[in-house]
Amino acid sequence: MTLMKPILACVAALSLAACATSSDSDRTGTSRSSSEIATPYASTYERYPGRPTALVGATVFDGAGNRIDNGTVLFRDGEVVAVGDASLETEGYDRIDGSGKFVTPGIIDIHSHLGDYPTPSVDAHSDGNEATSPTTPEVWAEHSVWPQDPGFTRALANGGVTSLQILPGSANLMGGRSATLKNVPARTVQAMKFPGAPYGFKMACGENPKRVYGNKGRMPSTRMGNFAVNRQTWFDAKAYDGEKRDLAKETLKGVLDGDILVHNHCYRADEMAFVMDMAKEMGYKVSAFHHAVEAYKIGDLLRENDVCSAIWADWYGFKMEAYDGILENAAFLQRENACVVIHSDDANGIQRLNQEAAKAQAAGRRVGIEIDDAQVIRWITLNPAKAMGIDAMTGSLEPGKMADLVLWNGDPLSVYSRPEKVWVDGALLFDSSNPELRPVSDFELGQPGEGDVK
Amino acid sequence: MKRFAFAALAALALPASAQDVAITNATVATGDGSEPLENATVVILDGRVVAAGSGVAVPAGVRSVDGSGKWVTPGLVATVTQLGLWDVGAVSESNDTRAGSSPFSAALDVAPIVNPNSQHILVHRAAGITRAATVTQPSGSIFGGQGSIIDLGADPNAVYRPRAFQVVTLGEQGGRIAGGSRAATHALLRNALREAGSYGDQARIPGLSSDGREISTGDDLPIDPRLAGEESDRAGDVLLTRFDAAALVPVVRGEQPLYVYVERASDIRSTLALTREFPRLDLVLVGASEGWLVASEIAAAGVPVIADGLDDLPQNFEELASTQSNVGRMVKAGVKVAINAAAMENPRNLNQYAGNLVALARVPGADGLSWGQAFAAISSIPAQISGLGGSAGVLSPGALGDVVLWDSDPLEVGAMPERVFIDGIEQPLENHQSRLRDRYRDLDESDLPKAYDW
Repeated sequence: MTLMKPILACVAALSLAACATSSDSDRTGTSRSSSEIATPYASTYERYPGRPTALVGATVFDGAGNRIDNGTVLFRDGEVVAVGDASLETEGYDRIDGSGKFVTPGIIDIHSHLGDYPTPSVDAHSDGNEATSPTTPEVWAEHSVWPQDPGFTRALANGGVTSLQILPGSANLMGGRSATLKNVPARTVQAMKFPGAPYGFKMACGENPKRVYGNKGRMPSTRMGNFAVNRQTWFDAKAYDGEKRDLAKETLKGVLDGDILVHNHCYRADEMAFVMDMAKEMGYKVSAFHHAVEAYKIGDLLRENDVCSAIWADWYGFKMEAYDGILENAAFLQRENACVVIHSDDANGIQRLNQEAAKAQAAGRRVGIEIDDAQVIRWITLNPAKAMGIDAMTGSLEPGKMADLVLWNGDPLSVYSRPEKVWVDGALLFDSSNPELRPVSDFELGQPGEGDVK
Repeated sequence: MKRFAFAALAALALPASAQDVAITNATVATGDGSEPLENATVVILDGRVVAAGSGVAVPAGVRSVDGSGKWVTPGLVATVTQLGLWDVGAVSESNDTRAGSSPFSAALDVAPIVNPNSQHILVHRAAGITRAATVTQPSGSIFGGQGSIIDLGADPNAVYRPRAFQVVTLGEQGGRIAGGSRAATHALLRNALREAGSYGDQARIPGLSSDGREISTGDDLPIDPRLAGEESDRAGDVLLTRFDAAALVPVVRGEQPLYVYVERASDIRSTLALTREFPRLDLVLVGASEGWLVASEIAAAGVPVIADGLDDLPQNFEELASTQSNVGRMVKAGVKVAINAAAMENPRNLNQYAGNLVALARVPGADGLSWGQAFAAISSIPAQISGLGGSAGVLSPGALGDVVLWDSDPLEVGAMPERVFIDGIEQPLENHQSRLRDRYRDLDESDLPKAYDW
């Protein structure tokens, strides 16, 4: 029943959220081996085979803000080899004619709940919010991810999404650690985990935590309660000596040490300003505000603090703190040279991040803010990669980076365009003209519509 | 000056008179399923469309607007929505979309509660939607109540046709509401329709079996005197309240369409089969994510569908076969399909969804729509389903003067209206969002705080 799109748990009144922390170093003095503790549940992902490939003749947006008409992109052995114009030598590569088509880096969604709120969205699958305590830095989203969520395949085939961050929900002030994944079908979560990606840490301000816990008759029930609980939790973490393993404090220590990146669900401008001051008080940095519908009111502050705003193009009004959402949010942030990321928070929206970015671009144009197409593509590629700490590896088409690419059958900023081919680390994992290169999750086998175009 | 401008806007909110106007040299889409015409003209006289097409002359003395480089279409028709019934989704006291604790169900009638000053009406008017079906959603009962057709004009009279349709939910949601099983839904529905049938037989409704006085409510749909009169007795073994039974009489008599929320193929078949027992039912399917599996049966039954446009996930077990090709396949089979405005973040995404269906036409193996078909699915077809066939959603002679001048291709992401006419009256396009946009065009507070910038 999707007549009324359910608002995802992390934004709805019913939402719950939790986030966890974990130890990332052997500072605990336990008897475990240091390697075990340093990388528990480590990534086992290895790239799939690919052909040395030259995409020629297409319009290339490199993700870093550049556009090359009639460009050439070379990749082999999982890596981008060269990006340039038609003069690049393609000897030794399979040539794919991209005339009239477009190439971008793989799209990156910084805010997804695929896997931890998978479809079918039944109660048994509701694994995104450990809503039993307002601070749960000890939980890790990866332990909730169901790799058979069919949503991953839709994000790949329709959205060109090659990397994504799975976050705990927003019921809790501190919801837990995020999981950064390559969008590759896999039997285990470890086989999806993005090698070398830092952990993220989900926090939430505003209505959700105070509502969830206020309704349980416990703190926080107000915004001032939100901050009091947060601050005390940070001070306790700072005093943690590591003698006895404490999963929650290990994560918080990781944040304070700069190893874990904070992703803070926060709608209102005034609250974001307080959160940035709290980060200074405690000595950590906010990487990105998520659902920052009022970011346009403080673009200057966000730029000065070097915090990205991960936003929708046009969501508004579903809750009080979303009342002031406007279409020009991204453009006004760009005007201030603040970092813009377009995110989905939605298993449907993740299939159309390119369209959402185009909407936000058009809103800017109407008020005289012209933003280059190549810059707009950056909102869904290099900028989220940067905020997720994986920009040295993916997010733009540069030699040595992962060959995560999308060949679009037209301008990706047009509603009429779709991914034609998608490569992850140089492996062709979706080809619209080849039904055999269409991933089908275990769940869908033997069901009506198995292997359909979707 | 801005303050003065807003005062002028407030004055515009009073009923204004229709203006005679012609828009020339524009790309014109008439909404009837045909492809757009270039260099065409649309003429509106006395609040009605009198001509649209190439080679149309502008009558002498009629104001002419140059539409060069722009598009003209009929206003979009959004069905099914909750426009005018809520302010903030999660602020329950501002949200009238569900009446789960009411003793009434089918008798619920939104006509007296639609708020023409709702920000959502203002925002969606500015997005080119000029008429909409709006209704409460099933919550405490499988019946959602009686929906109204509204216009989005800046005047006090939003309701264009009250009690235009009844809503019932079957499938998973209906089963849960009815007592825990689809079987309960069918028993409840049949019982209700039979109670209404016998109640209707005893009625003195003007029309089919009337011998009583006519109750006039000022619109074109006579109602059961028992909804307006003084009698309250009803004997026997009944489950429906007197009001609910009376409200369902026009449904059983086929005078009021019954919108059935249903997704699974087998549930669609069971719904179509209802007409064997209740032959006068005027059915409309809403949702129908597995409609493509039974498309020929839907077409043979002549039942129109308000379909979820882009659902492609097994959101639940009744949508396992969902695919974005659903609409295209049903249209190909001869089904009349409108895009469901409820199956997206906001109804203003209707044109984006239609554009996506055009995109599918270029995806191998997928079934999409032509541009003209896709536009009809958000204009003339929802109008026909809403009982506005020929008068809304089309630019044909005699149609209501609901006309939109767009800055670009209206199915492209980011397209927005420059001017909107409803009943020939040019509409204000300002709203809370546009006022925030104007205030935050810069962050300059060197003279006074932002609160003085309005």
